[in-house]
Amino acid sequence: MNVQPTRRGIIKGAGALVIGFDIFNPAMAQAPAADLPGDLKIAPKVSSWLRIEAGGKVRLLVGKVEIGQGILTAVAQLCADELDIDMSRLVITSGDTRLVPDEGVTAGSFSMPNCGSAVRAVSADARQILLGLAAARLGSNAAALKTADGKITAPDGKSVTYWELVAGSELEVPATGKAPLKPAAARRYAGKSVPRIDIPAKVTGAPVWIQDLRPEGMLHGRVLRPPAYEAKLVSLDAGDVEKTAGVIKVVRDGSFVGVIAEREETAIDAVDALRRAAKWDVPAKSETQDTVHDWMLAQKSQDVVIKNTPSAAPAGASVEAVYKRPYHMHASIGPSTAVAVLDGDTMRIQSHSQSIFETSAAIAEMLGMEKSKVHGQHVQGSGCYGHNGADDAAADAALLARAVPGRPVRIQWSRNDEHKWEPYGSAMVMKLKAAVDAKGDITDWTYDLWSTSHGTRPSGKAGNLLAAHYLEKPFALPTPVNAGPPNFAADRNAIAIYEFPGQKVTTHFITGFAARASSTRGLGAYANVFAIESFMDELAHRAKADPLEYRLRYLKDERGRAVLQKAADMLGWKDWKRTPGRGRGIGFARYKGLAAYNAVAMEVEVDRSTGRIRVLRAVSANDTGEVVSPDGVKNQIEGGIVQSLSWTLKEGVRFDAAGVRSADWISYPILTFSEVPPIEVELLDKPGLAFLGTGEASQGPTGAALANAVFDAAGVRLREAPFTPAKVKAALQS
Amino acid sequence: MPSLKVNGRVYDVPGSADAPLLFALRNDLKLNGPKFGCGLSQCGACLVLVDGQPVRSCVTSAGAVEGQEITTLEGLGTLENPSRLQKAFMTEEAAMQCGYCINGVILRAKALLDQNPKPSEGEVRLALDGNLCRCGAQNRMVRAVLRASREP
Repeated sequence: MNVQPTRRGIIKGAGALVIGFDIFNPAMAQAPAADLPGDLKIAPKVSSWLRIEAGGKVRLLVGKVEIGQGILTAVAQLCADELDIDMSRLVITSGDTRLVPDEGVTAGSFSMPNCGSAVRAVSADARQILLGLAAARLGSNAAALKTADGKITAPDGKSVTYWELVAGSELEVPATGKAPLKPAAARRYAGKSVPRIDIPAKVTGAPVWIQDLRPEGMLHGRVLRPPAYEAKLVSLDAGDVEKTAGVIKVVRDGSFVGVIAEREETAIDAVDALRRAAKWDVPAKSETQDTVHDWMLAQKSQDVVIKNTPSAAPAGASVEAVYKRPYHMHASIGPSTAVAVLDGDTMRIQSHSQSIFETSAAIAEMLGMEKSKVHGQHVQGSGCYGHNGADDAAADAALLARAVPGRPVRIQWSRNDEHKWEPYGSAMVMKLKAAVDAKGDITDWTYDLWSTSHGTRPSGKAGNLLAAHYLEKPFALPTPVNAGPPNFAADRNAIAIYEFPGQKVTTHFITGFAARASSTRGLGAYANVFAIESFMDELAHRAKADPLEYRLRYLKDERGRAVLQKAADMLGWKDWKRTPGRGRGIGFARYKGLAAYNAVAMEVEVDRSTGRIRVLRAVSANDTGEVVSPDGVKNQIEGGIVQSLSWTLKEGVRFDAAGVRSADWISYPILTFSEVPPIEVELLDKPGLAFLGTGEASQGPTGAALANAVFDAAGVRLREAPFTPAKVKAALQS
Repeated sequence: MPSLKVNGRVYDVPGSADAPLLFALRNDLKLNGPKFGCGLSQCGACLVLVDGQPVRSCVTSAGAVEGQEITTLEGLGTLENPSRLQKAFMTEEAAMQCGYCINGVILRAKALLDQNPKPSEGEVRLALDGNLCRCGAQNRMVRAVLRASREP
């Protein structure tokens, strides 16, 4: 399905070019409407989302952006169905601060619930408006009209097209959110795996990536990152570099140093020369990846009890366990990239940010410009899995572009910069305690977690941008908050879905940092689910119960029970035959307590002589509500399983007094093709039920299923990832 | 000023012969296929074929491949007329998530299929082991390569 069939169309669709209508933000000056579906609330006018355009096209405008998750294909499916047009008529503009509704950050598995619901409803609204216009034009009753691919036909055979009906402001009306939706049987696209609209360009080298932007006169920039976070520039003799042929300018602002050159290789050589010439004051810092968990426990924390259901009878033995998570990298394959140009009084920034509106606002504050003078446009980048270096690269590009008005400057981070400077997923400590009666049943459950921030996204504040910390007039990092309702950020999924007689959950939030951290896929959910589901397994074994049956004692949610049972059936749990060195494990969660239900079961083999874990196969059952693109959901679940296996088997950022040591793919290895096991994913489709976010559902259950399978195979309980061969061997020998 | 033969055409590129081939292809010839991933020969995103052999263009100088046949992703097929390998990645089962690594994966697979037209799944996996994918779409890519190998 080729929604953007031309080369020009692809870049347009990616929001890379300003297109032919007025520069304004359609979401402005619209009063929020509380009862509308999803993000229709924040932009309740039909024309904010849909335009009937010349040439038989329909433009869909969305604030959520493509990050490889297939969201633009999914919303196109919904739009084409409800508007009753062929998908090839759609042109999509996403993530442009002057053109689309501000749907906030593309994150948190919110895009289908918030954007998908809005697009479906507004497209249905638009169809009703068009039917009304056609009824008047054709002199017919609207109820008697039929629509097919943009053509409305009356019972007498007379017809009119959408493009004939809309001449101006017809769609500039409030959405109702109440227009009748197509019955499932009448849908052409929703519920089917439609080929992703962005893939043809990606497999043929058509321009679709931010890296493919090459505006006329573009220059290449690089930034000299300090040797450590808190370092200050003492001196820099940039004279020789400035005289180098092809170097346009060395930009220095306090401890921020960048270079602009005609050619990329010149910029890279120049920044290397600047690195040799720069002298820094580097304050001593003592935490390392091995001491960070003790460091966290020793910090003064903000303690919040997020659930407290006292047990009526907390009798029995006390069982305790402590689990840990290291820092994880987003580790995008493509390093962060941005293009910026100061065009008159406007800074235009093209970025693969997940939060183009808030990042543009933060950059405006950093530059001392009015918010309205920073125009942000999202263009696709390499998969990000959360808040990586994208926004910081955009800030870097803006700082350099300011020094050469009229010339676009492209920043492309080095691999070293990406690995060492992106904000990691926070390390965490989880302490669990259960009271257990004589039968092994849980009578009380106590959960305490320690974490630094999972949210330092730009959020409209310059202090969240990396470069802003180093300017002559620096912007300080705002004191982080553990944002959102209980169970949302560091404590995401900390409240167990199980119904225990008593449950107390306390978040110990640390506002300082041992390493730079922010939102990484799932925030605290990966670690919290890993801990809860590992501990459930420990308690089941202690009770000499089957881990599946033990979970079902406490899991009352019917949709959850169905998912858990389905995953077990997919693995062949009941009739599974034990063989030496092999084991099976299961993990389950409902993401955030309100999004997709996911269970993962797997079979592993542990080599006792090497300590190597081999995952033989993994299966997963899911209930994500109504499924729009079955393959899209499966792809997300499967990718989440692979990424979580990589985290759990191999990953942990290494750092010490000299800075971050994980600087490339050798020092921070990830799972490779030959290490990825066969994976089966099944969906329990729930037509008519709400879309439940799915992109971050499978990581937590995967980590736990792996730990549980290793215990089953080798009798060792691994409570701290990564499960490297050395760690497994040490556990086997202890 | 090296002279490069890329996808059947000869170009004089303005950079130095010592500069990475990747920058000559991307910045001078404006080709989008090969990607900058690491610049360290570790991830495979920058892969091109040189006389049919997979080469990491981020650590190969432009001068080193003068006179040789360089093939990029664009050389395999176009949007309108994709090759069988490219087509196999565009089906209902998406063979990627973000797709940033796909250039290297497809070119590595092309080199494999040219040499071994009917590889086993294990052979495909092994051939692709030096290409990193962070989205976790490895199994889908392996299936796409096997699909392509079954096409006439």
